[in-house]
Amino acid sequence: MNLFQFLAQNSAQVAQLTLEHLWMVGISTLLAALIGIPLGILIAHRPLLNRPVLGAANIIQTIPSLALFGFLLPVPWLGDRAERLAILALTLYALLPVIRGTYSGIRGVDRAVVESARGMGMTDSQLLWQVELPLAMSVILSGVRVAVVISVGLATIAAAIGAGGLGELIFRGLAMVNNQLILAGAIPAALLAVVADFSLGWVEKRLRPQ
Amino acid sequence: MSSTQLLPRLDMLAGMHGESKDGPAIEFRDVSYDLPSGQRVLSDLNLQVQRGETLVFLGRSGSGKTTTLKLVNRLLTPTKGEVRVDGAAAAQGDVIRLRRGIGYVIQEIGLLPHFTVERNIGLVPEIEGWPPEKIRARTQELMQMVGLESQLAARYPHQLSGGQRQRVGVARALAADPVILLMDEPFGALDPLTRDDLQREFLSLQQRLHKTVVFVTHDLNEALRLASRIALMEAGKLITVLSPPEFLRSTDPLAAAYVRAFHSGLDPTANRGSS
Repeated sequence: MNLFQFLAQNSAQVAQLTLEHLWMVGISTLLAALIGIPLGILIAHRPLLNRPVLGAANIIQTIPSLALFGFLLPVPWLGDRAERLAILALTLYALLPVIRGTYSGIRGVDRAVVESARGMGMTDSQLLWQVELPLAMSVILSGVRVAVVISVGLATIAAAIGAGGLGELIFRGLAMVNNQLILAGAIPAALLAVVADFSLGWVEKRLRPQ
Repeated sequence: MSSTQLLPRLDMLAGMHGESKDGPAIEFRDVSYDLPSGQRVLSDLNLQVQRGETLVFLGRSGSGKTTTLKLVNRLLTPTKGEVRVDGAAAAQGDVIRLRRGIGYVIQEIGLLPHFTVERNIGLVPEIEGWPPEKIRARTQELMQMVGLESQLAARYPHQLSGGQRQRVGVARALAADPVILLMDEPFGALDPLTRDDLQREFLSLQQRLHKTVVFVTHDLNEALRLASRIALMEAGKLITVLSPPEFLRSTDPLAAAYVRAFHSGLDPTANRGSS
């Protein structure tokens, strides 16, 4: 029961790191949603932009995370604080699932529904807010959910550049060859991912149109 | 209702100011439409739809009848020629206003799945900014008019039968009292008995409302039953325009072929043994 003893003794520190972790994931997901959802809507309506936008998001996704953190280190304002860097990198990774989810959500809305709404005289913005977004919401949210789960895992690596979060316990444990320490970081991180996945999945189901 | 009574209402509701209210409700002048790929789906259509008539476009799938319908409410824009609605070129003026003055019913119905029956019917009044009490009153009136029980108001489209859904579609199209009604195979997906009911109710509604209706179907029986005039389409061309009795007597080879197919469908012995 050493792990539990460790967690109990260091509960304040684990809680602090969990909060840091949540903060990084939360802010980066929010940013990714603010950028990715409008982009997804745009490419759903402008098919010509579809390939370049999804292509770019795809390329970002292929950059190894450690390398991306490293690349961003020398950037002036960003490099000043490791946390900023981590948030930017996590945002970039979260873009692809968010954009893709939004794109397929909007494209997946029944053509007959869109066409008849247009034929009734809905303006483009009425169509977007009253028809497309409500009907696409569950698919958009499933993209966000994937982004969150990826981010929770990736954020542990942010500790490598000193951004804090639960990764710090893992890296410390690796350096000290201390399994307890590694688990003290890994288990809360895994729990975060499971809880986020489950709760967003629940919301997604509630939003799904019949 | 006489046409003189109807005219001031037409003007007010449609919000479109034509050159003359005595002219045709819809006019196609040398209208052609090409797909983005360049393929011509409608060639040189010239046709006038008179006020208060039910003009039925009859033709097989791919004959250009749905395209023609969508040119009226500008879901499509003609490649060549012009479509005039109420005397004004549809290509000018506000497309949103134009569409709100035209009821639109399609085979797939296209009800908003996340709206109740009531909100679906009140959609155009709602986006037109009617006060809520007026929308509610209008919705109830319409539900009664198309034969929907009032307790269905709070249901969602997926909780209705096909026939009920199509009634909601018709009620929705009539909600803001449009002058023109476009109906694209509205009863095509229904079982024969429900279709028969709805056709009968359509006729009695039309007798009271005198809308200008443009109706698309591939079913001669439906065309004969509902039409003031039948516009026969084939491969993107208008072949002929005939009243139902004229259609049955027509010597036009295509019209005659439709009539033959129609009769042999009625006579179970017609095709036995011959092929």
